[in-house]
Amino acid sequence: MARDTFTKAECLYDRYVRKTKVEPDQVSTHYCPGCGHGNVHKFVAETIDEMGLQDRTIFISPVGCSVFGYYYFHLSNVQAAHGRAPAVATALKRAHPNSIVISYQGDGDLAGIGGNEMLHAANRGEPVTMIFINNAIYGMTGGQMAPTTLLGMKTATTPAGRTARNEGGPIRVVELLSKLDGPVYLERVALTDAKQIYRARAAVRKAIQNQVENRGFSLVEILAPCPTGWKMDPVDARHWIEETMMQVFPLGVTCDRTKEIAPSEAKPVPFVHTDLRALLDIEDESEGFAPNRTHSEGVERGVRLKVAGFGGQGILLLGQGLAECGMGDGYEVSWLPSYGPEMRGGTAHCHVRISERPIGSPLVAESDVLIAMNRPSLERFLPDLVPGGTVLYDSSLIPDGVARSDVRAVAIPATQIANELGSPRTANMVMAGAFARATELFTVDHLKASLPRFVKAKATLAVNETAIDRGAAHMEKLLETVMT
Amino acid sequence: MSEPTRGPKGRVEIKSEECKGCGTCVELCPQDVLLLGNDLNRMGYRAVTYKGDGCTGCGICFYACPEPGALSVYKIKDKALA
Ligand SMILES: Cc1ncc(C[n+]2csc(CCOP(=O)(O)OP(=O)(O)O)c2C)c(N)n1
Ligand code: SF4
Ligand code: SF4
Ligand code: SF4
Repeated sequence: MARDTFTKAECLYDRYVRKTKVEPDQVSTHYCPGCGHGNVHKFVAETIDEMGLQDRTIFISPVGCSVFGYYYFHLSNVQAAHGRAPAVATALKRAHPNSIVISYQGDGDLAGIGGNEMLHAANRGEPVTMIFINNAIYGMTGGQMAPTTLLGMKTATTPAGRTARNEGGPIRVVELLSKLDGPVYLERVALTDAKQIYRARAAVRKAIQNQVENRGFSLVEILAPCPTGWKMDPVDARHWIEETMMQVFPLGVTCDRTKEIAPSEAKPVPFVHTDLRALLDIEDESEGFAPNRTHSEGVERGVRLKVAGFGGQGILLLGQGLAECGMGDGYEVSWLPSYGPEMRGGTAHCHVRISERPIGSPLVAESDVLIAMNRPSLERFLPDLVPGGTVLYDSSLIPDGVARSDVRAVAIPATQIANELGSPRTANMVMAGAFARATELFTVDHLKASLPRFVKAKATLAVNETAIDRGAAHMEKLLETVMT
Repeated sequence: MSEPTRGPKGRVEIKSEECKGCGTCVELCPQDVLLLGNDLNRMGYRAVTYKGDGCTGCGICFYACPEPGALSVYKIKDKALA
Protein backbone atom coordinates (compact mmCIF):
# COMPACT_ATOMS: atom_id res chain seq x y z
CA MET A 1 0.00 0.00 0.00
CA ALA A 2 1.48 3.28 -1.04
CA ARG A 3 1.50 5.74 1.76
CA ASP A 4 2.96 9.16 2.05
CA THR A 5 2.86 9.74 5.75
CA PHE A 6 3.44 7.49 8.71
CA THR A 7 2.28 9.21 11.84
CA LYS A 8 0.83 8.31 15.20
CA ALA A 9 -2.65 6.83 14.95
CA GLU A 10 -5.58 9.05 15.83
CA CYS A 11 -7.12 6.51 18.16
CA LEU A 12 -4.09 6.58 20.42
CA TYR A 13 -4.14 9.48 22.86
CA ASP A 14 -1.71 12.34 22.33
CA ARG A 15 -0.72 12.30 25.95
CA TYR A 16 -1.20 9.41 28.34
CA VAL A 17 -2.88 10.93 31.32
CA ARG A 18 -2.61 8.44 34.11
CA LYS A 19 -4.63 8.12 37.25
CA THR A 20 -1.56 8.04 39.39
CA LYS A 21 0.19 11.00 37.87
CA VAL A 22 3.55 9.34 37.27
CA GLU A 23 4.36 12.23 35.00
CA PRO A 24 1.80 14.91 34.37
CA ASP A 25 2.12 14.84 30.61
CA GLN A 26 3.38 11.43 29.85
CA VAL A 27 3.98 11.06 26.12
CA SER A 28 5.71 7.69 26.06
CA THR A 29 4.26 4.34 27.05
CA HIS A 30 5.14 2.48 30.22
CA TYR A 31 6.71 -0.34 28.21
CA CYS A 32 10.41 -1.15 28.44
CA PRO A 33 12.67 -0.10 25.56
CA GLY A 34 12.24 -2.51 22.66
CA CYS A 35 9.10 -4.18 24.05
CA GLY A 36 6.85 -5.65 21.37
CA HIS A 37 3.59 -4.49 22.95
CA GLY A 38 4.03 -0.99 21.55
CA ASN A 39 4.41 -2.20 17.97
CA VAL A 40 1.26 -4.23 18.17
CA HIS A 41 -0.63 -1.33 19.74
CA LYS A 42 0.36 0.68 16.69
CA PHE A 43 -0.89 -1.98 14.26
CA VAL A 44 -4.23 -2.25 16.05
CA ALA A 45 -4.65 1.52 16.28
CA GLU A 46 -3.74 2.14 12.67
CA THR A 47 -6.23 -0.47 11.46
CA ILE A 48 -8.98 1.08 13.55
CA ASP A 49 -8.18 4.48 12.06
CA GLU A 50 -8.10 3.21 8.51
CA MET A 51 -11.35 1.29 8.84
CA GLY A 52 -13.06 4.09 10.72
CA LEU A 53 -13.89 1.90 13.71
CA GLN A 54 -13.00 4.18 16.61
CA ASP A 55 -16.59 4.74 17.71
CA ARG A 56 -17.45 1.06 17.53
CA THR A 57 -14.42 -0.60 19.05
CA ILE A 58 -14.20 -2.03 22.54
CA PHE A 59 -10.65 -2.85 23.55
CA ILE A 60 -10.16 -5.40 26.30
CA SER A 61 -6.88 -5.16 28.11
CA PRO A 62 -5.64 -8.10 30.15
CA VAL A 63 -3.66 -8.52 33.32
CA GLY A 64 -0.03 -8.39 32.29
CA CYS A 65 2.23 -5.64 31.01
CA SER A 66 -0.51 -4.44 28.66
CA VAL A 67 -2.96 -3.92 31.52
CA PHE A 68 -2.92 -0.17 30.86
CA GLY A 69 -4.36 -0.43 27.35
CA TYR A 70 -6.97 2.12 28.38
CA TYR A 71 -4.32 4.78 28.95
CA TYR A 72 -3.32 4.49 25.29
CA PHE A 73 -6.34 3.57 23.21
CA HIS A 74 -8.93 6.26 22.75
CA LEU A 75 -11.66 3.61 22.45
CA SER A 76 -14.19 2.01 24.71
CA ASN A 77 -12.08 0.05 27.15
CA VAL A 78 -12.66 -2.81 29.53
CA GLN A 79 -9.92 -4.26 31.69
CA ALA A 80 -10.60 -7.93 32.31
CA ALA A 81 -9.59 -10.10 35.25
CA HIS A 82 -6.53 -12.27 34.67
CA GLY A 83 -7.19 -14.65 31.78
CA ARG A 84 -10.86 -13.74 31.46
CA ALA A 85 -10.68 -11.52 28.40
CA PRO A 86 -12.25 -14.14 26.08
CA ALA A 87 -15.27 -14.43 28.36
CA VAL A 88 -15.57 -10.67 28.60
CA ALA A 89 -15.21 -10.43 24.82
CA THR A 90 -17.97 -13.01 24.40
CA ALA A 91 -20.33 -11.05 26.60
CA LEU A 92 -19.54 -7.70 24.98
CA LYS A 93 -19.91 -9.03 21.47
CA ARG A 94 -23.17 -10.78 22.24
CA ALA A 95 -24.60 -7.78 24.00
CA HIS A 96 -23.32 -5.34 21.37
CA PRO A 97 -23.04 -7.29 18.13
CA ASN A 98 -22.28 -4.18 16.14
CA SER A 99 -19.25 -3.30 18.15
CA ILE A 100 -15.77 -4.43 17.21
CA VAL A 101 -14.41 -6.34 20.16
CA ILE A 102 -10.64 -6.68 20.37
CA SER A 103 -9.29 -8.86 23.09
CA TYR A 104 -5.58 -8.31 23.73
CA GLN A 105 -3.64 -10.78 25.89
CA GLY A 106 -0.18 -11.96 26.80
CA ASP A 107 0.80 -15.61 26.95
CA GLY A 108 0.50 -16.00 30.71
CA ASP A 109 -2.94 -14.45 30.56
CA LEU A 110 -4.21 -16.22 27.45
CA ALA A 111 -2.56 -19.63 27.59
CA GLY A 112 -1.85 -19.93 31.33
CA ILE A 113 -4.53 -18.83 33.75
CA GLY A 114 -6.96 -18.15 30.89
CA GLY A 115 -6.22 -21.25 28.80
CA ASN A 116 -9.66 -22.64 29.35
CA GLU A 117 -11.39 -19.40 28.41
CA MET A 118 -9.39 -19.09 25.21
CA LEU A 119 -10.14 -22.67 24.25
CA HIS A 120 -13.87 -22.33 24.70
CA ALA A 121 -14.19 -18.93 23.06
CA ALA A 122 -12.35 -20.38 20.05
CA ASN A 123 -14.43 -23.51 20.13
CA ARG A 124 -17.64 -21.50 20.17
CA GLY A 125 -16.28 -19.48 17.29
CA GLU A 126 -17.09 -16.16 18.93
CA PRO A 127 -16.84 -13.61 16.12
CA VAL A 128 -14.24 -11.45 17.87
CA THR A 129 -10.61 -10.50 17.26
CA MET A 130 -8.01 -11.89 19.63
CA ILE A 131 -4.52 -10.46 19.66
CA PHE A 132 -2.11 -12.74 21.43
CA ILE A 133 1.36 -11.54 22.42
CA ASN A 134 3.68 -14.50 22.81
CA ASN A 135 6.84 -13.32 24.53
CA ALA A 136 7.55 -16.69 26.14
CA ILE A 137 7.48 -15.25 29.65
CA TYR A 138 5.48 -13.45 32.32
CA GLY A 139 6.75 -9.94 31.78
CA MET A 140 4.80 -7.95 34.34
CA THR A 141 5.61 -10.06 37.37
CA GLY A 142 9.31 -10.29 36.71
CA GLY A 143 10.08 -13.02 34.22
CA GLN A 144 8.46 -16.22 35.44
CA MET A 145 7.84 -19.20 33.18
CA ALA A 146 4.87 -18.90 30.83
CA PRO A 147 3.13 -21.79 29.06
CA THR A 148 5.07 -20.67 25.98
CA THR A 149 8.50 -20.63 27.61
CA LEU A 150 10.94 -22.68 25.56
CA LEU A 151 12.48 -25.88 26.89
CA GLY A 152 15.76 -25.11 28.55
CA MET A 153 14.89 -21.45 29.00
CA LYS A 154 15.87 -20.04 32.36
CA THR A 155 13.21 -17.97 34.07
CA ALA A 156 12.56 -16.86 37.63
CA THR A 157 10.55 -20.04 38.22
CA THR A 158 12.72 -22.37 36.13
CA PRO A 159 16.16 -21.24 37.27
CA ALA A 160 17.79 -24.35 35.84
CA GLY A 161 15.80 -24.16 32.62
CA ARG A 162 12.36 -25.48 31.69
CA THR A 163 12.18 -29.23 31.30
CA ALA A 164 9.48 -31.26 29.59
CA ARG A 165 9.40 -33.66 32.49
CA ASN A 166 8.83 -31.03 35.12
CA GLU A 167 6.86 -28.29 33.38
CA GLY A 168 5.73 -29.79 30.09
CA GLY A 169 6.67 -28.36 26.74
CA PRO A 170 5.73 -24.96 25.31
CA ILE A 171 2.11 -24.69 24.20
CA ARG A 172 1.67 -23.83 20.55
CA VAL A 173 -1.59 -21.95 20.63
CA VAL A 174 -2.42 -21.46 16.97
CA GLU A 175 -1.68 -25.12 16.22
CA LEU A 176 -3.79 -26.20 19.19
CA LEU A 177 -6.76 -24.04 18.21
CA SER A 178 -6.54 -25.11 14.60
CA LYS A 179 -7.82 -28.54 15.64
CA LEU A 180 -11.14 -27.00 16.66
CA ASP A 181 -14.07 -26.34 14.36
CA GLY A 182 -14.77 -22.88 15.75
CA PRO A 183 -11.94 -20.62 14.52
CA VAL A 184 -11.97 -18.97 11.13
CA TYR A 185 -8.51 -17.45 11.02
CA LEU A 186 -5.37 -18.28 13.00
CA GLU A 187 -1.90 -17.08 12.16
CA ARG A 188 1.46 -16.76 13.87
CA VAL A 189 3.65 -13.81 12.98
CA ALA A 190 6.80 -12.31 14.51
CA LEU A 191 8.30 -8.91 15.23
CA THR A 192 11.71 -9.47 13.73
CA ASP A 193 12.73 -7.80 10.48
CA ALA A 194 10.83 -5.40 8.25
CA LYS A 195 9.23 -8.17 6.22
CA GLN A 196 7.84 -9.96 9.26
CA ILE A 197 6.77 -6.70 10.87
CA TYR A 198 4.68 -5.91 7.78
CA ARG A 199 3.27 -9.44 7.87
CA ALA A 200 2.32 -8.97 11.49
CA ARG A 201 0.61 -5.72 10.67
CA ALA A 202 -1.31 -7.37 7.82
CA ALA A 203 -2.39 -10.25 10.05
CA VAL A 204 -3.75 -7.89 12.71
CA ARG A 205 -5.57 -6.06 9.96
CA LYS A 206 -7.11 -9.23 8.61
CA ALA A 207 -8.22 -10.37 12.06
CA ILE A 208 -10.05 -7.07 12.50
CA GLN A 209 -11.41 -7.02 8.97
CA ASN A 210 -12.86 -10.49 9.60
CA GLN A 211 -14.83 -9.10 12.48
CA VAL A 212 -16.06 -6.14 10.48
CA GLU A 213 -17.37 -8.66 7.97
CA ASN A 214 -18.65 -10.91 10.76
CA ARG A 215 -16.78 -13.93 9.50
CA GLY A 216 -15.93 -15.50 12.83
CA PHE A 217 -13.24 -16.08 15.43
CA SER A 218 -9.85 -14.73 14.45
CA LEU A 219 -6.67 -14.89 16.50
CA VAL A 220 -3.20 -13.64 15.67
CA GLU A 221 -0.28 -14.89 17.72
CA ILE A 222 2.61 -12.45 17.64
CA LEU A 223 6.09 -13.51 18.70
CA ALA A 224 7.20 -10.36 20.46
CA PRO A 225 10.34 -9.36 22.28
CA CYS A 226 10.46 -8.94 26.04
CA PRO A 227 14.05 -7.68 26.37
CA THR A 228 13.64 -7.17 30.11
CA GLY A 229 12.31 -10.65 30.86
CA TRP A 230 14.84 -12.22 28.56
CA LYS A 231 17.65 -10.08 29.95
CA MET A 232 18.70 -9.05 26.47
CA ASP A 233 19.46 -5.97 24.49
CA PRO A 234 16.37 -5.01 22.40
CA VAL A 235 18.11 -5.68 19.10
CA ASP A 236 19.45 -9.04 20.27
CA ALA A 237 15.98 -9.92 21.49
CA ARG A 238 14.61 -9.59 17.95
CA HIS A 239 17.40 -11.78 16.65
CA TRP A 240 16.65 -14.35 19.32
CA ILE A 241 13.06 -14.57 18.11
CA GLU A 242 14.29 -15.26 14.63
CA GLU A 243 17.00 -17.72 15.53
CA THR A 244 15.52 -19.56 18.48
CA MET A 245 11.87 -18.86 19.12
CA MET A 246 10.76 -19.38 15.54
CA GLN A 247 12.27 -22.88 15.59
CA VAL A 248 9.71 -23.83 18.21
CA PHE A 249 6.93 -21.55 17.03
CA PRO A 250 6.92 -21.69 13.24
CA LEU A 251 5.33 -18.74 11.51
CA GLY A 252 2.35 -19.11 9.25
CA VAL A 253 -1.38 -19.58 8.95
CA THR A 254 -2.75 -22.63 10.76
CA CYS A 255 -6.37 -22.05 9.85
CA ASP A 256 -8.04 -19.82 7.29
CA ARG A 257 -11.67 -20.37 6.45
CA THR A 258 -12.22 -16.68 5.78
CA LYS A 259 -13.16 -17.20 2.16
CA GLU A 260 -15.60 -19.99 2.96
CA ILE A 261 -17.70 -17.66 5.05
CA ALA A 262 -19.71 -14.98 3.36
CA PRO A 263 -19.51 -11.54 4.92
CA SER A 264 -22.63 -10.67 6.84
CA GLU A 265 -23.90 -8.18 9.31
CA ALA A 266 -23.58 -9.03 12.97
CA LYS A 267 -27.01 -9.41 14.47
CA PRO A 268 -28.13 -9.64 18.05
CA VAL A 269 -29.26 -13.06 19.15
CA PRO A 270 -32.91 -12.31 19.81
CA PHE A 271 -34.15 -12.83 23.32
CA VAL A 272 -37.83 -13.48 22.83
CA HIS A 273 -40.01 -13.09 25.84
CA THR A 274 -42.67 -15.44 24.50
CA ASP A 275 -40.10 -18.21 24.14
CA LEU A 276 -39.24 -17.86 27.78
CA ARG A 277 -42.90 -18.00 28.73
CA ALA A 278 -43.35 -21.15 26.68
CA LEU A 279 -40.27 -22.68 28.26
CA LEU A 280 -41.63 -21.99 31.71
CA ASP A 281 -45.06 -23.17 30.68
CA ILE A 282 -46.70 -19.85 31.46
CA GLU A 283 -49.29 -19.53 28.80
CA ASP A 284 -51.06 -16.24 28.88
CA GLU A 285 -53.36 -14.03 30.84
CA SER A 286 -56.32 -16.26 30.00
CA GLU A 287 -55.17 -18.66 32.68
CA GLY A 288 -56.29 -16.12 35.17
CA PHE A 289 -52.90 -14.57 35.91
CA ALA A 290 -52.12 -10.93 35.93
CA PRO A 291 -48.37 -10.88 35.32
CA ASN A 292 -48.31 -7.13 35.13
CA ARG A 293 -49.66 -6.73 38.61
CA THR A 294 -49.29 -3.24 39.86
CA HIS A 295 -46.62 -3.10 42.48
CA SER A 296 -47.59 -1.86 45.87
CA GLU A 297 -46.80 1.69 46.75
CA GLY A 298 -44.59 2.45 49.70
CA VAL A 299 -43.86 -0.81 51.44
CA GLU A 300 -42.28 -3.34 49.17
CA ARG A 301 -43.90 -6.70 49.17
CA GLY A 302 -41.98 -9.90 49.18
CA VAL A 303 -40.72 -12.73 51.32
CA ARG A 304 -37.58 -14.64 52.10
CA LEU A 305 -38.90 -18.10 52.80
CA LYS A 306 -37.45 -21.37 53.95
CA VAL A 307 -39.44 -24.56 53.60
CA ALA A 308 -38.22 -27.62 55.48
CA GLY A 309 -39.39 -31.07 56.41
CA PHE A 310 -38.45 -34.67 55.76
CA GLY A 311 -37.90 -36.32 52.39
CA GLY A 312 -41.21 -37.48 50.95
CA GLN A 313 -43.33 -34.63 52.31
CA GLY A 314 -43.13 -32.73 49.04
CA ILE A 315 -41.08 -29.96 50.59
CA LEU A 316 -39.28 -28.98 47.40
CA LEU A 317 -42.52 -29.05 45.44
CA LEU A 318 -44.16 -26.80 48.01
CA GLY A 319 -41.39 -24.23 47.62
CA GLN A 320 -41.46 -24.51 43.87
CA GLY A 321 -45.24 -24.12 43.79
CA LEU A 322 -45.13 -20.93 45.85
CA ALA A 323 -42.40 -19.53 43.61
CA GLU A 324 -44.35 -20.50 40.48
CA CYS A 325 -47.45 -18.79 41.76
CA GLY A 326 -45.45 -15.69 42.64
CA MET A 327 -43.95 -15.67 39.18
CA GLY A 328 -47.39 -15.95 37.61
CA ASP A 329 -48.40 -12.94 39.67
CA GLY A 330 -45.54 -10.90 38.25
CA TYR A 331 -43.11 -11.13 41.14
CA GLU A 332 -39.43 -11.82 40.73
CA VAL A 333 -38.88 -15.24 42.27
CA SER A 334 -36.17 -17.74 42.99
CA TRP A 335 -36.29 -21.29 44.24
CA LEU A 336 -33.14 -22.91 45.52
CA PRO A 337 -33.67 -26.53 46.45
CA SER A 338 -31.09 -28.14 48.65
CA TYR A 339 -29.96 -31.38 47.14
CA GLY A 340 -27.51 -33.59 48.88
CA PRO A 341 -27.13 -36.61 51.04
CA GLU A 342 -29.94 -35.35 53.23
CA MET A 343 -32.40 -35.89 50.39
CA ARG A 344 -32.54 -39.51 51.37
CA GLY A 345 -34.40 -39.74 54.59
CA GLY A 346 -33.12 -36.71 56.46
CA THR A 347 -34.47 -33.23 56.22
CA ALA A 348 -35.24 -31.68 52.89
CA HIS A 349 -35.35 -27.95 52.48
CA CYS A 350 -35.42 -25.16 49.96
CA HIS A 351 -34.96 -21.42 49.83
CA VAL A 352 -37.62 -19.34 48.12
CA ARG A 353 -37.55 -15.65 47.39
CA ILE A 354 -40.54 -13.71 46.13
CA SER A 355 -39.86 -10.07 45.55
CA GLU A 356 -41.02 -6.96 43.75
CA ARG A 357 -37.42 -6.17 42.89
CA PRO A 358 -34.81 -8.19 41.01
CA ILE A 359 -33.29 -10.82 43.26
CA GLY A 360 -29.54 -10.64 43.76
CA SER A 361 -29.07 -14.05 45.29
CA PRO A 362 -31.42 -17.00 45.62
CA LEU A 363 -29.88 -17.81 48.97
CA VAL A 364 -32.01 -17.19 52.03
CA ALA A 365 -29.64 -16.62 54.91
CA GLU A 366 -32.27 -14.96 57.12
CA SER A 367 -35.87 -15.91 56.57
CA ASP A 368 -39.03 -13.86 57.07
CA VAL A 369 -41.19 -16.95 56.96
CA LEU A 370 -40.34 -20.53 57.83
CA ILE A 371 -42.54 -23.46 56.94
CA ALA A 372 -41.47 -26.35 59.14
CA MET A 373 -43.01 -29.73 58.57
CA ASN A 374 -41.20 -31.77 61.21
CA ARG A 375 -39.33 -31.17 64.42
CA PRO A 376 -35.71 -31.56 63.24
CA SER A 377 -36.23 -28.98 60.52
CA LEU A 378 -37.95 -26.60 62.91
CA GLU A 379 -34.96 -26.86 65.23
CA ARG A 380 -32.51 -26.44 62.44
CA PHE A 381 -34.05 -23.44 60.73
CA LEU A 382 -35.85 -21.58 63.49
CA PRO A 383 -32.66 -19.68 64.45
CA ASP A 384 -32.55 -18.15 60.93
CA LEU A 385 -36.00 -16.66 61.28
CA VAL A 386 -35.85 -12.89 61.82
CA PRO A 387 -37.43 -11.50 65.00
CA GLY A 388 -41.04 -10.73 64.18
CA GLY A 389 -41.01 -13.36 61.44
CA THR A 390 -43.61 -16.06 60.98
CA VAL A 391 -43.22 -19.79 61.39
CA LEU A 392 -45.94 -22.01 60.00
CA TYR A 393 -45.47 -25.45 61.52
CA ASP A 394 -47.17 -28.75 61.10
CA SER A 395 -48.72 -29.11 64.54
CA SER A 396 -49.73 -32.70 63.79
CA LEU A 397 -46.05 -33.62 63.87
CA ILE A 398 -44.78 -30.89 66.20
CA PRO A 399 -47.28 -30.97 69.04
CA ASP A 400 -45.16 -29.10 71.56
CA GLY A 401 -44.93 -25.83 69.64
CA VAL A 402 -42.19 -23.31 69.02
CA ALA A 403 -39.54 -22.26 71.55
CA ARG A 404 -39.21 -18.63 70.53
CA SER A 405 -41.34 -15.81 71.79
CA ASP A 406 -40.13 -13.11 69.37
CA VAL A 407 -41.74 -14.74 66.33
CA ARG A 408 -45.31 -15.38 65.24
CA ALA A 409 -45.86 -19.13 65.54
CA VAL A 410 -48.80 -20.50 63.60
CA ALA A 411 -49.87 -24.08 64.21
CA ILE A 412 -51.36 -25.77 61.14
CA PRO A 413 -52.36 -29.42 61.57
CA ALA A 414 -51.38 -30.06 57.97
CA THR A 415 -50.82 -33.80 58.16
CA GLN A 416 -54.06 -34.33 60.05
CA ILE A 417 -56.03 -32.32 57.47
CA ALA A 418 -54.36 -34.19 54.62
CA ASN A 419 -55.23 -37.49 56.28
CA GLU A 420 -58.83 -36.37 56.60
CA LEU A 421 -58.80 -35.73 52.86
CA GLY A 422 -57.59 -39.29 52.36
CA SER A 423 -54.39 -38.02 50.75
CA PRO A 424 -51.54 -37.73 53.27
CA ARG A 425 -49.21 -36.37 50.60
CA THR A 426 -51.24 -33.19 50.27
CA ALA A 427 -50.03 -31.87 53.63
CA ASN A 428 -47.66 -29.63 51.70
CA MET A 429 -50.58 -28.02 49.85
CA VAL A 430 -52.43 -27.46 53.10
CA MET A 431 -49.37 -25.45 54.13
CA ALA A 432 -49.33 -23.65 50.79
CA GLY A 433 -52.93 -22.56 51.33
CA ALA A 434 -52.13 -21.35 54.84
CA PHE A 435 -49.08 -19.48 53.52
CA ALA A 436 -51.12 -17.72 50.81
CA ARG A 437 -53.72 -16.61 53.32
CA ALA A 438 -51.15 -15.59 55.94
CA THR A 439 -48.91 -13.53 53.67
CA GLU A 440 -51.46 -12.35 51.11
CA LEU A 441 -48.67 -12.13 48.55
CA PHE A 442 -51.09 -13.75 46.14
CA THR A 443 -54.65 -14.94 46.42
CA VAL A 444 -55.66 -18.47 47.24
CA ASP A 445 -57.46 -18.59 43.89
CA HIS A 446 -54.29 -17.77 42.03
CA LEU A 447 -52.44 -20.41 43.96
CA LYS A 448 -54.99 -23.00 42.95
CA ALA A 449 -54.94 -21.83 39.35
CA SER A 450 -51.18 -22.26 39.17
CA LEU A 451 -51.30 -25.87 40.44
CA PRO A 452 -51.16 -27.41 36.93
CA ARG A 453 -47.80 -25.80 36.39
CA PHE A 454 -46.07 -27.75 39.09
CA VAL A 455 -48.34 -30.71 39.82
CA LYS A 456 -47.81 -33.03 36.92
CA ALA A 457 -50.30 -35.79 37.91
CA LYS A 458 -53.49 -34.20 36.67
CA ALA A 459 -55.62 -36.73 38.57
CA THR A 460 -54.49 -35.21 41.85
CA LEU A 461 -55.33 -31.61 40.96
CA ALA A 462 -58.74 -31.69 42.63
CA VAL A 463 -57.53 -33.04 45.96
CA ASN A 464 -54.62 -30.59 45.96
CA GLU A 465 -57.08 -27.74 45.40
CA THR A 466 -59.13 -28.93 48.30
CA ALA A 467 -56.00 -29.15 50.44
CA ILE A 468 -55.12 -25.55 49.60
CA ASP A 469 -58.65 -24.45 50.51
CA ARG A 470 -58.52 -26.31 53.81
CA GLY A 471 -55.16 -24.78 54.72
CA ALA A 472 -56.38 -21.31 53.82
CA ALA A 473 -59.59 -21.82 55.78
CA HIS A 474 -57.66 -22.94 58.83
CA MET A 475 -55.48 -19.87 58.62
CA GLU A 476 -58.56 -17.70 58.17
CA LYS A 477 -60.03 -19.09 61.37
CA LEU A 478 -56.84 -18.41 63.29
CA LEU A 479 -56.75 -14.84 62.02
CA GLU A 480 -60.34 -14.31 63.11
CA THR A 481 -59.53 -15.61 66.56
CA VAL A 482 -56.68 -13.13 66.85
CA MET A 483 -58.90 -10.28 65.72
CA THR A 484 -61.67 -11.03 68.16
CA MET B 1 14.80 5.44 -17.88
CA SER B 2 13.79 8.58 -16.17
CA GLU B 3 16.26 10.83 -14.51
CA PRO B 4 17.27 9.70 -11.07
CA THR B 5 15.43 11.80 -8.56
CA ARG B 6 17.61 14.39 -7.00
CA GLY B 7 17.07 15.75 -3.55
CA PRO B 8 15.50 14.02 -0.55
CA LYS B 9 12.78 11.41 -1.04
CA GLY B 10 11.70 11.19 2.53
CA ARG B 11 11.77 12.94 5.84
CA VAL B 12 11.94 11.30 9.24
CA GLU B 13 10.82 13.30 12.25
CA ILE B 14 12.09 12.26 15.65
CA LYS B 15 10.50 13.25 18.94
CA SER B 16 13.52 12.70 21.15
CA GLU B 17 11.53 12.85 24.37
CA GLU B 18 9.43 9.85 23.27
CA CYS B 19 12.37 7.73 22.12
CA LYS B 20 13.65 5.01 24.44
CA GLY B 21 16.85 4.43 22.54
CA CYS B 22 16.12 0.77 21.92
CA GLY B 23 17.97 0.86 18.60
CA THR B 24 15.41 -1.17 16.65
CA CYS B 25 14.93 1.53 14.04
CA VAL B 26 18.69 1.92 13.70
CA GLU B 27 19.02 -1.79 13.04
CA LEU B 28 16.16 -1.98 10.54
CA CYS B 29 16.58 1.21 8.50
CA PRO B 30 17.54 -0.10 5.05
CA GLN B 31 19.37 3.14 4.23
CA ASP B 32 21.30 3.11 7.49
CA VAL B 33 20.56 6.76 8.12
CA LEU B 34 19.57 6.54 11.79
CA LEU B 35 21.95 6.58 14.70
CA LEU B 36 21.64 6.61 18.47
CA GLY B 37 22.74 10.01 19.74
CA ASN B 38 25.09 10.66 22.61
CA ASP B 39 22.83 13.01 24.55
CA LEU B 40 20.41 11.62 27.08
CA ASN B 41 16.78 12.69 26.94
CA ARG B 42 14.68 13.56 29.99
CA MET B 43 13.97 9.89 30.71
CA GLY B 44 17.66 9.08 30.45
CA TYR B 45 17.68 7.36 27.08
CA ARG B 46 20.05 7.99 24.20
CA ALA B 47 17.52 9.15 21.67
CA VAL B 48 17.89 8.30 18.03
CA THR B 49 19.12 10.90 15.56
CA TYR B 50 18.99 11.28 11.79
CA LYS B 51 22.29 11.32 9.94
CA GLY B 52 21.07 14.19 7.81
CA ASP B 53 20.15 12.75 4.47
CA GLY B 54 19.35 9.56 2.63
CA CYS B 55 15.88 8.82 4.06
CA THR B 56 13.61 7.37 1.38
CA GLY B 57 10.42 7.69 3.37
CA CYS B 58 9.92 3.92 3.31
CA GLY B 59 8.24 3.91 6.74
CA ILE B 60 10.03 0.83 8.04
CA CYS B 61 11.38 2.63 11.09
CA PHE B 62 7.87 3.84 11.89
CA TYR B 63 6.54 0.28 12.20
CA ALA B 64 9.72 -1.05 13.79
CA CYS B 65 9.52 1.49 16.59
CA PRO B 66 7.47 0.38 19.58
CA GLU B 67 6.72 3.94 20.70
CA PRO B 68 3.56 5.24 19.09
CA GLY B 69 4.76 8.80 18.63
CA ALA B 70 8.56 8.75 18.58
CA LEU B 71 8.96 8.62 14.81
CA SER B 72 6.96 10.08 11.96
CA VAL B 73 7.88 9.61 8.34
CA TYR B 74 6.82 11.72 5.37
CA LYS B 75 7.43 10.75 1.76
CA ILE B 76 8.46 13.64 -0.41
CA LYS B 77 6.83 13.35 -3.81
CA ASP B 78 8.88 14.24 -6.86
CA LYS B 79 6.27 16.76 -7.91
CA ALA B 80 6.62 18.62 -4.69
CA LEU B 81 10.28 19.13 -5.49
CA ALA B 82 9.73 20.57 -8.89
C1 LIG C 1 -5.47 -13.92 39.57
C2 LIG C 1 -4.09 -13.41 39.40
N1 LIG C 1 -3.05 -14.26 39.45
C3 LIG C 1 -1.80 -13.83 39.27
C4 LIG C 1 -1.56 -12.50 39.05
C5 LIG C 1 -0.14 -12.02 38.88
N2 LIG C 1 0.18 -11.74 37.48
C6 LIG C 1 0.09 -10.48 36.98
S1 LIG C 1 0.57 -10.39 35.39
C7 LIG C 1 0.92 -12.03 35.36
C8 LIG C 1 1.46 -12.68 34.12
C9 LIG C 1 1.44 -11.86 32.91
O1 LIG C 1 2.13 -12.48 31.90
P1 LIG C 1 1.70 -12.39 30.39
O2 LIG C 1 0.25 -12.68 30.24
O3 LIG C 1 2.61 -13.26 29.62
O4 LIG C 1 1.85 -10.85 29.99
P2 LIG C 1 3.14 -9.95 29.85
O5 LIG C 1 3.28 -9.26 31.17
O6 LIG C 1 4.30 -10.82 29.51
O7 LIG C 1 2.77 -9.01 28.76
C10 LIG C 1 0.65 -12.64 36.58
C11 LIG C 1 0.86 -14.06 36.85
C12 LIG C 1 -2.67 -11.63 39.00
N3 LIG C 1 -2.53 -10.32 38.77
N4 LIG C 1 -3.92 -12.10 39.18
S1 SF4 D 1 8.64 -6.66 30.98
FE1 SF4 D 1 8.72 -7.41 28.89
S2 SF4 D 1 6.59 -7.41 28.19
FE2 SF4 D 1 6.69 -6.13 30.01
S3 SF4 D 1 6.99 -4.06 29.26
FE3 SF4 D 1 9.00 -4.89 29.70
S4 SF4 D 1 9.67 -5.76 27.80
FE4 SF4 D 1 7.49 -5.46 27.62
S1 SF4 E 1 11.78 6.02 6.57
FE1 SF4 E 1 13.02 4.33 5.89
S2 SF4 E 1 14.84 5.25 5.12
FE2 SF4 E 1 13.83 6.81 6.31
S3 SF4 E 1 14.78 6.65 8.27
FE3 SF4 E 1 12.97 5.39 8.32
S4 SF4 E 1 13.65 3.36 7.77
FE4 SF4 E 1 15.29 4.79 7.22
S1 SF4 F 1 12.83 2.30 17.62
FE1 SF4 F 1 11.80 4.05 18.50
S2 SF4 F 1 12.28 4.00 20.64
FE2 SF4 F 1 13.72 2.64 19.63
S3 SF4 F 1 15.46 3.93 19.18
FE3 SF4 F 1 14.19 4.05 17.39
S4 SF4 F 1 12.89 5.79 17.75
FE4 SF4 F 1 13.79 5.29 19.68
